[in-house]
Amino acid sequence: MNQRWGRPIVAWPSRFRPSFWDGVALPLVLGAIMLLAWASQQMSQPFHPGEQLPISLDPIYLPEYALRTVLRMAGALVASLVFSLVYAAAAAKSKRAEKLLIPVLDILQSVPILGFLSITVTGFIALFPGRLLGYECAAIFAIFTSQAWNMTFSLYQSFIGVPNDLREAARMYHLSPWLRFWLLEVPFALPQLVWNMMMSVAGGWFFVVASEAITVNGDSVLLPGIGSYISVAIDHRDLHAVGYAIVAMLSVIVIVDQLLFRPLLAWVQRFKFEEVGSEEVEAPWFLVMLQRARIFHLMSNLMGAMTKLSLRIGAKLPPLPPLPRATPRAGKAIDVIWGAILVAGAALVAVEIVLFIRGEVGSGEIAHVVLLGAITLLRVLSLIALASLVWVPIGVWIGLRPNLAHRVQPFIQFLAAFPANLLFPIAVVTILRYRLDVEIWVSPLMILGTQWYILYNVIAGTLGLPTDYQEVAAILGVRKWLWWRRLVLPGIFPAFVTGAITASGGSWNASIVAEVVKWGDTTLTATGVGAYIAQETAAGDFPRIALGIAVLSLYVVVFNRLLWSRLYHLAEERLRLD
Amino acid sequence: MSADTSLSPGANAGAAAATALIASHAVCKTYTTGESAGRLVLDHIDFALKEGEIVAILGKSGSGKSTFLRILSGLTEPSEGGVDYRGNRVEGPAHGIAMVFQSFALFPWLTVLGNVELGLEAQGVPREERRQRAVAAIDLIGLDGFESAYPKELSGGMRQRVGFARALVVNPDVLLMDEPFSALDVLTAETLRGDMMDLWLARRVPTKGIIIVSHNIEEAVEIADRIIIFGSDPGCIRNEIPISLPRPRSQSDPAFRRVVDEVYTQMTTVPGTEAAKRRAEPIGVGYRLPDASIQQLVGLLEALSIPPYDGRADLPKLAESEHLSTEELVILIEALQLLGFGQVGGGDIEMMPAGREFAAADLQRRKQIFADHLRRNIPLAAHIRRVLDERPGHAAPEGRFLAELEDYLSEEEAAKVFETVINWGRYAELFAYDYDSGVVSLENP
Repeated sequence: MNQRWGRPIVAWPSRFRPSFWDGVALPLVLGAIMLLAWASQQMSQPFHPGEQLPISLDPIYLPEYALRTVLRMAGALVASLVFSLVYAAAAAKSKRAEKLLIPVLDILQSVPILGFLSITVTGFIALFPGRLLGYECAAIFAIFTSQAWNMTFSLYQSFIGVPNDLREAARMYHLSPWLRFWLLEVPFALPQLVWNMMMSVAGGWFFVVASEAITVNGDSVLLPGIGSYISVAIDHRDLHAVGYAIVAMLSVIVIVDQLLFRPLLAWVQRFKFEEVGSEEVEAPWFLVMLQRARIFHLMSNLMGAMTKLSLRIGAKLPPLPPLPRATPRAGKAIDVIWGAILVAGAALVAVEIVLFIRGEVGSGEIAHVVLLGAITLLRVLSLIALASLVWVPIGVWIGLRPNLAHRVQPFIQFLAAFPANLLFPIAVVTILRYRLDVEIWVSPLMILGTQWYILYNVIAGTLGLPTDYQEVAAILGVRKWLWWRRLVLPGIFPAFVTGAITASGGSWNASIVAEVVKWGDTTLTATGVGAYIAQETAAGDFPRIALGIAVLSLYVVVFNRLLWSRLYHLAEERLRLD
Repeated sequence: MSADTSLSPGANAGAAAATALIASHAVCKTYTTGESAGRLVLDHIDFALKEGEIVAILGKSGSGKSTFLRILSGLTEPSEGGVDYRGNRVEGPAHGIAMVFQSFALFPWLTVLGNVELGLEAQGVPREERRQRAVAAIDLIGLDGFESAYPKELSGGMRQRVGFARALVVNPDVLLMDEPFSALDVLTAETLRGDMMDLWLARRVPTKGIIIVSHNIEEAVEIADRIIIFGSDPGCIRNEIPISLPRPRSQSDPAFRRVVDEVYTQMTTVPGTEAAKRRAEPIGVGYRLPDASIQQLVGLLEALSIPPYDGRADLPKLAESEHLSTEELVILIEALQLLGFGQVGGGDIEMMPAGREFAAADLQRRKQIFADHLRRNIPLAAHIRRVLDERPGHAAPEGRFLAELEDYLSEEEAAKVFETVINWGRYAELFAYDYDSGVVSLENP
């Protein structure tokens, strides 16, 4: 049916008549529009370096700060979405682009996110001189870097994983590349992408909080938001304010989850590529509202019409002329040349970086930073081991009780989303009060937020362990240590590895904020490459920031290659349950 | 559906000899993997589909029949030669050719209606007409009432009906079907096949020719005017059997059985044992071994050795009584012949003395016999054993054998053949294999 404006409403099918939910929906829509206007106005305020934006500790301002924080997150999410669509499509469609893009993405994933902030902030400020927008962009960019890479990977994996028969059907029925992208590839990728977005946003809160207080060349700027609020609270040693911030953050996470991700997850069920209908997800209330309220039908019809129009235009685009098909030999030659360009480019950049760092820093200091990296590595490793010792038994215990597990899982997701840096002040106060050893007791902060991934995955792995196996073990009288060794540990291993990889990645990232913590004018500093980066960022010493980030990234890459990817392959190859 | 095109008779092959709808000329396909020279999977295929004809293509897996269908459809480009559709060279999927897929290939996020409309949408057919034609196609194929259902709500048979509706709604001249019924259970497949044939015979679809790739011999004999049998390595047209049985055809008709027997014989004749027609060449190291399971082979030999067969069985009957699909049976029969336990003639499998001895023996003796036959008749097994005997440690990494196999087969096929020979070799205790290290050796744990 062609929706025309001005058609009498009464003639519409009953599903278009106003419903109870319209009463709820209308204010929400209007509010959202006004919010956007307000936010863009706030963001483009004039601002000059050295100025201080007043951050009040009065909890009355917290809703506004929370809103600003959410908007930053939303901006980063949209940017990540656009970036990942373009990047993943390019990598999936062109073999030559893939050769460059995928390894680059892999490295980008290993670069500590707060490192991006340190490096890019001056550039963004220069982009919008005299405006707050530059700082906002820098913060959003930092959040973007915490989300974009794994969303892109997810999309890329989905794009190259589109089943061949669907591709053939699409070609057989003459879908243009444009139609194919929107009707086949994107829908196929959606479920995984939404899941990844949820994980990314959960991880992103940590970085929003960390990036709102930006230090540039010794000047610190506080962007209005929960992160700045808490950093002011830390300066004032105000534990009450810390408490308010924690409550505000909790509410934000719950609201975003309820309004955005529950509905999205339920909605993308239909895109799941499963031949048999899997378990039905209960429709979340917000999705019900979206689907029942007429006003949203209007909007979705409008959007649908726009999509259709774009598809129609896309369909009418003349098909691309077939690329001149290179002979195999010429193709190979181009491949070789392309490879050579890539290698040469990489070598050039590597030399540039080395020269840049060596211009300022002596080899003694480089060795020292490498040593600092080793100390941080030791922390990460022991923390993962410790967290595993604690959470594997607990996770298995929960996973063996499916009813409990299903109730606990959303709660754990919530814990993983909660930015652990909000809890740092409490830890610092404890360390100070009991005069604990900083080198050791700062470490748990690194895994505070990421240990939940281990717990979550262990529970999921245990849930996935076929009951048959458990029954066999029971009948054979396999108990105690043998039960762990022969049944549970191999059974949950793939899930555990996934959780541990995520946890370890998070811990590396957290090291920059966890190895240096403050309470009022007391600063606790542990030895490690994270602390090094944090200090040099505060001092605005670029060659040293670059050195720290390079060393940290190098450790992450090597560590991933040597340990995690091997464990992952072992899990994939030998211990898959099928 | 608008049947605006005049139809030529569907059943009567004689009257439709006129023009070729779609024809391939000396089509070759070579797959290049890495630095090796490339493997020939299709070797100079000349084929023409005449108007009003249904052609079934049979052949064991790996004979390139699906690849050939994709070349006809324009999905895959031939390495040499070309395909003409109504006198025009096929370059990419052509309008007028539709395809039905084994896996249905429905878009799970589109409803039945959305899936059926897809091809029309891509052609830019206006919305009203699109809806009308899609609904007509859905009615035609017996899916009315399911327009708003998502594929995952439907059973396999219903899904394939959507697949057919999606193909028919674009009014194709030529309908290509890639094992359209093989993912369905027997009963559902029969019903759907019957419905399709009714539409075709009653000329309710504008389609002028059908090519169906199948591995089910009865199915092919039931619906085809002509059966093409593909030989493998490289894929080629081994044989062509015209079927002039009157329609509707009954599976119990003796004439029908005779044709089925003939096709069975053609299908199960192994190159090495094929006496007359071609160069009788012994199979080589790179031969694509059929992935027959030891359990099934042993079971089949035991069944053959006792009444009612007593050493000789009619292949179609054997398939029925042992509950084997044609595909499974073809694989088992090929393995029996390769190993020298049986031979095929006139649609029958006959046990050879070694097969009888095997069936009568106890477990240890069976393993011995099997080992002897492996070494004598399967060059790959003999080769692996020889290499292991010669090596000082009597062990070799699997990679070395896989690399040798990949000279002849694709990576995937090589892995499959290697897995088969490992299974056979393990049963015969000819060699051992360690999964974790990927090492083939002589030691038995």
